[in-house]
Amino acid sequence: MSFLLNNIVELTVTGLVLGAVYGLVALGYTLVYGVLQLINFAHSEVWMYGSFAAVWVTVALGVAPGGPVLTAIGVLLLALLAAMTVSGGIALLLERVAYRRLLRLEAPKLVALISAIGASFFLAELMGLRDRVVDFFGLRDALDPFVRSARDNTRFLNPLETQGLFSIGRYTVSNVDVIIIVGAILMMVGLDQFIRRTRTGRGIRAVAQDSEAAALMGVNRDRVIRATFLVGGVMAGAAALLYLMRFGVTRWDAGFLLGVKAFTAAVLGGIGNVRGALLGGFVLGLAENYGSALVGSQWRDVVAFLLLVVILLFRPTGLLGESLGRARA
Amino acid sequence: MTDKTTPAGATAARKPAAAQKRRGWDRGALGRRLGALPTPVKVLLMALLVLLLYALPLLDLPILSTPDTDFGAVLFTVASYVLVALGLNVVLGYAGLLDLGYVGFYAVGAYTVAVLGSFQAQLSWWMLIPLAVIITTISGVLLGAPTLRVRGDYLAIVTLGFGEIIRLTALNSAWLGEARGITKIPRPPSLELFEIPNLSWDGFTAFVDLDNTTKFLVFGVADQAPYYWLALTLIFLVLGADRMLRLSRIGRAWEATREDEDAAELMGVPTFRFKLLAFATGAFIGGLSGALFASRQGFINPISFPLLLSILFLAAVVVGGAGNRWGVILGAAVVAYLPERFRGFEEWRLLVFGLALLLLANFRPQGLLPPRRTRRVQAVEEELDALEEGTARA
Repeated sequence: MSFLLNNIVELTVTGLVLGAVYGLVALGYTLVYGVLQLINFAHSEVWMYGSFAAVWVTVALGVAPGGPVLTAIGVLLLALLAAMTVSGGIALLLERVAYRRLLRLEAPKLVALISAIGASFFLAELMGLRDRVVDFFGLRDALDPFVRSARDNTRFLNPLETQGLFSIGRYTVSNVDVIIIVGAILMMVGLDQFIRRTRTGRGIRAVAQDSEAAALMGVNRDRVIRATFLVGGVMAGAAALLYLMRFGVTRWDAGFLLGVKAFTAAVLGGIGNVRGALLGGFVLGLAENYGSALVGSQWRDVVAFLLLVVILLFRPTGLLGESLGRARA
Repeated sequence: MTDKTTPAGATAARKPAAAQKRRGWDRGALGRRLGALPTPVKVLLMALLVLLLYALPLLDLPILSTPDTDFGAVLFTVASYVLVALGLNVVLGYAGLLDLGYVGFYAVGAYTVAVLGSFQAQLSWWMLIPLAVIITTISGVLLGAPTLRVRGDYLAIVTLGFGEIIRLTALNSAWLGEARGITKIPRPPSLELFEIPNLSWDGFTAFVDLDNTTKFLVFGVADQAPYYWLALTLIFLVLGADRMLRLSRIGRAWEATREDEDAAELMGVPTFRFKLLAFATGAFIGGLSGALFASRQGFINPISFPLLLSILFLAAVVVGGAGNRWGVILGAAVVAYLPERFRGFEEWRLLVFGLALLLLANFRPQGLLPPRRTRRVQAVEEELDALEEGTARA
């Protein structure tokens, strides 16, 4: 208990950082669920590919930490762009390969889940075997720095040096902490406005409410679905870069646990609810940190899942309820 | 009704004919021919099939057998997947509850045997199996009682959490052996009656290998065939019970709950109680399978129960065709056997497995062997489509 109270600021800040990443990944789950009522199991792989894209940008540019700040920001923006592009692309690919046919057939949801699980295995294994794939095409010499030790942790060298900005109590909040939390909130506000104000956003809400009626009113359902996947993927790409800036490593199988947590966050906030995703992410991140300070860090995931069970028992539709469709016009 | 797949230009006259043909699928041509056989022949065929299943590890058939791992061990793995899949089929196929943490029950069964058989107490094997099953069933009820009230999709994530909680609890409690796991788990008691020689193969010619024999019912380390026989026997028992449940009032109540919960409730089916019963039955079978796994393995640790295993079990049920016990068996066999058979490709096998799941889901969405009901519904829907189109034209 005293450990929790003595370190409350640090635990809160790191919890919020973690929660911001959860929240951004949770968006992908929540959007797809809101529109299609499907659990997009392969969304974790979308995030994972984004994280590798960010790493590869820094490897390709050969940046070392501690350069001039402006260069560092430039590199980070480039990495962000790459991560968003790759994640968005993978999400679109998923929609095309794993979902579109099944949606046309109006197959049961479970089958779509299995399809996504298959895609998820395939994508994760492909990343884990990238050295073999490269060998197969005889490109090893050219691509070695990108595919070396494919099954191990891949480190991300953050070009931006971590610096303390200001102190609260005994904890010094760093620039990276601030970038992550503010960045996540900004993206979330942007997305919220996108869904509330733009034409595409209105289409997304319409399809979420009643896809047949929306189609009758002239909404192009297929395009809306594609847009939903794309937006979720782009958010996951941003989350990937933010995650790397703080935690510094990724792996071919890192997506799975993060995906489960992010989905938990989405359910916590109320699945299908865009604002709920960020709130759920923050609540989950904080609860994990406080919980592991109380009962030991090895119980971290147990705390997360117990919290989920308890919240679902008392608020069966999550903290903010399910409202992608019911959002104010 | 949805008729996106049917071309708009199809004439009304052709439609009923197509529906007629579809209804013929109800039982395949092979099924009809088998059904027409006289009863003694049917019984004989069944007996031969059962005998063949029991003899598989001894026969070690050339193409079927696994070159890189002991065939008996692979067969045991397949059998325990089948057992698990039958249990999950009750939850998912019959009652329609999506359980993503089924490995939790499997783990509870295994850990009960391990903890009470070796780690904290030394009970006899005959005590352990019933105890494991009882404790797992209780855990199923304890998990189900609060969570079955939440809506379907949330159940998935809650059960997923349950699976992880069980694994992490085992990983972090000294009482459960932590990461080191538990060793010296009791094996089933042996009785040495006689020896059965195995077949050996040179290319496609078989000869009886008298040096390589399987002692009948010695549960040792080297020869895995007896474990397979034990698992197979349990599968037959579970299949019998499954059939009886399915055809009883309970089975119908499950089906009604799955199809439309509100309607079932209105018709006087206490849906919550039946869902709980399905959960408990599923837990029972999962625990049995886990107990069997632990007593074959002799050693378990938390790594034996990853979340991934739940996903594989789920894949087995859905790939085979949820709701049809034969389909589920086929699915489990496919999911367990294929990666073992192609162990030669070691690194690529999960990649290929993922691709296979993706393709199966997309091109065979109803599962390999869909339940008869699904096929019937399909036929009826098509007929209705034809009728609707007919009236619209008239």
